[in-house]
Amino acid sequence: MVSIEDYKGNVEFQWCPGCSNFSILNAIKMAFVELEKMPHELCLVSGIGQAAKLPHYLRCNFFNGLHGRAIPAALGIHVANPLLTTIVVTGEGDCYGEGGNHFIHALRRNPDITAVVHNNEFYALTKGQASPTTRIGERRTLQIQGVEIAPLNMPAIAIAHNCPFVARGFAGDSMQLKSLLVEAIKNPGLSYVEVIQPCITWGTHPLSWYKERVYKLGGDYDPTNRQAALEKVLDTDDKIPTGILFRGSPRKTFAERFRKEITNRPLAELEPVSKEKISEFISRLRMSSTLQ
Amino acid sequence: MEDINIVIAGSAGEGVQTVGDVLVETIAVHGYSVFAWQEFESRIRGGQNSYSIRISDKPVNAPRMKADILLALNEGACNKYEPLIKQDGILIAQKKTRERMIAIAFSEIAQRELGNRIYINTMVIGALVAAVGMELEVLNHVLTRKFAKKGDKVVSDNLVAAGKGYTLAREGCRGICPWLLPKLDTHYTPIAGKEALSTAAALAGCRFMAAYPMSPSTDIITILSQNEKELGVFTEQAEDEIAAVNMAIGASFAGARAMTATSGGGFALMVEAISLAGMTETPLVIILAQRPGPATGLPTRTAQGDLLFAINAGHGEFPKLVLAPADADDIFKKIMRAFNLADKYQIPVIVLTDQFLLDSIFSVQDINLSQLGPTYYLTDPFKIQDYKRYLVTDNGVSPRLYPGQATHLVTADSDEHDSHGHITEDLSGTVIRMVEKRLAKYRALKGEINPPEEADIEGADKILVGWGSSRNAILEGIELLREDDIRVGMIHFTELWPLPEYRFPESKQYWIVENNTTAQLGRLLRSEYGITIAGVINRYDGLPLTAGYIRRNFNG
Repeated sequence: MVSIEDYKGNVEFQWCPGCSNFSILNAIKMAFVELEKMPHELCLVSGIGQAAKLPHYLRCNFFNGLHGRAIPAALGIHVANPLLTTIVVTGEGDCYGEGGNHFIHALRRNPDITAVVHNNEFYALTKGQASPTTRIGERRTLQIQGVEIAPLNMPAIAIAHNCPFVARGFAGDSMQLKSLLVEAIKNPGLSYVEVIQPCITWGTHPLSWYKERVYKLGGDYDPTNRQAALEKVLDTDDKIPTGILFRGSPRKTFAERFRKEITNRPLAELEPVSKEKISEFISRLRMSSTLQ
Repeated sequence: MEDINIVIAGSAGEGVQTVGDVLVETIAVHGYSVFAWQEFESRIRGGQNSYSIRISDKPVNAPRMKADILLALNEGACNKYEPLIKQDGILIAQKKTRERMIAIAFSEIAQRELGNRIYINTMVIGALVAAVGMELEVLNHVLTRKFAKKGDKVVSDNLVAAGKGYTLAREGCRGICPWLLPKLDTHYTPIAGKEALSTAAALAGCRFMAAYPMSPSTDIITILSQNEKELGVFTEQAEDEIAAVNMAIGASFAGARAMTATSGGGFALMVEAISLAGMTETPLVIILAQRPGPATGLPTRTAQGDLLFAINAGHGEFPKLVLAPADADDIFKKIMRAFNLADKYQIPVIVLTDQFLLDSIFSVQDINLSQLGPTYYLTDPFKIQDYKRYLVTDNGVSPRLYPGQATHLVTADSDEHDSHGHITEDLSGTVIRMVEKRLAKYRALKGEINPPEEADIEGADKILVGWGSSRNAILEGIELLREDDIRVGMIHFTELWPLPEYRFPESKQYWIVENNTTAQLGRLLRSEYGITIAGVINRYDGLPLTAGYIRRNFNG
């Protein structure tokens, strides 16, 4: 049996005291316990930012790489060792800004990984600049005249591209977030969980602002209806729906064909290609190149 | 024998490649050594391109510009390449335009007698086989193999076309074709640089490659992808070079031998990740296929312009290895070294190649694979109690596991980190230990580096110094200069960073030979070994260095 103690790290936190990241961290650990995942069966992958520090604060395998590049690193890890549960932990600056290109192409590839995107609507670690999701007009440290460019709606993009699992949680509700993460990790293919997160240091909205806007999708909401899901996330009534926003129709996952035809083992376990095979390959090379 | 140089010229899409490839194979089956290189424009149709084939009875594996035979598929090709024809050389083309030539109306005959212009290429091959005095039977054998899958009718039609070209050329040959190539018992394997590289990577245990298409590197991943079943390498076309290199680093962290390949512009995008591989101590092999820059430069041409860029690639200080194979044979050795040393020292390795090296076909008498193969350095997890991914050791190399290999937790951090891989700001203790640990790896790595190759040093007071793919041209250049009564030697580097412990022979004059404008190797050697550079032979027109070019430009 796995318990939450198995995940307890011993690294000093670099987050501000009272940061909502603590409740996200807690939700992630609770999800692992519920799924009975051992720390060594997991690989957390992150880039740079406050969210990206999260893998340091629990016991797990992790790769804390470059700003914006968590997703490509995670793809490589996932292909090389399919036995791992690979989870990207990132913020909206890391994932929608610096690494936006990779997220968009992850929607095409549909890897069986989970991406948890902390969205506080600005940059925290670099001290309060606007992020790809900051609302128009909001004044930030680098945008003192107010943000002039439109925010990015990544959940809408994900739904438009038939992402198999799109959910939104709220850092203020770690039980709901835990349930969403459990579903996300169980789902085959790309699972995308955005987490709405207040910031006690750089945030301009009081907690009441979130309380007025964040609500849970009811039982009558059908996440398999793409049109309804798009309407929900494009909604302009200034509300923030949480829960499973969308479940895309099942489709091939990244490297699925390779696993079926070549190997489904960790690539490190494979014997190298034999010299005989290589010799034979070389002897046929010239022929094959003119046979095309 | 005196070698024979055939230049096949035509527009993209006219069949230059097909004619060249079949001819290369026919020459190889005849038992001769063949060296072929191509130069082409960055377009899919049109333009004028050439495929040069050099035939000899011992491997030369270096290009020659002057043609004994120019085969021009169209008038434009004839105009562009005719100056290459040697005084006693000949032209083969459709219309009679000069004295020493064989005029065959290929398209008219193909249409009239064979019923389809598609047979032009096979007729042309037949004509070339006749001109150099090879046996039609051997060509027929090669064509039969080539077209076997397409059925008997296609085979027999092509044999008729080849015979037609052969017969017509035999008639035209009288008095102007002195060449004769009887079948020999020797056997050479013709192999292109890119084929050697892809195959060597698979042999070295590479299991993962991600890349973004960029000439002249693209064929490497293409070959691995098209031969996935046999070579077992997972390949992925990334959305950009940044994704490609980060995928490869991720795969390597998770235990797979991984590589990427690109050219200068894409390499520039990868530079941050090279530093990441250095910091996280993740093995990584990057193939840098050079072409002339700056910026987009000349996409399909060749250069050696990225030496100092490669050596200096990556912010901050960390150990890396830079290798530059000389030819196809050397590619096997260097790729093996690249993967094994990347693994042993947990570092990024850059392999400098170029368009010339990758696209050229070399003849190798005996590709000896027995000495080659992967040596793995992953640690046995069951011999470890308390695992520390970045344990400080004497040579700086920590025990490496991959995540999921056992219950030990495996970490990687681009921040400065402690021995467990966690972010640290302990400036006076942990930080210094980690910086020194990476420096220790550099020192240990330096001890592994092979000295440069020396040739004809004794008795020569002038030495040509080069690196990478120019080796065979320089060696041949030395021979040509000897004909001019100039005695020169060669010192040639294929392991460029760290530079080896090496003493340059005293009281010699050093001439730097490079496919770039600023003699980058010269600058490197001056700063690292303190040698004085007497002169420079450099070429920067997008074409490879040749012995003839070296002879013409040496004025020492």
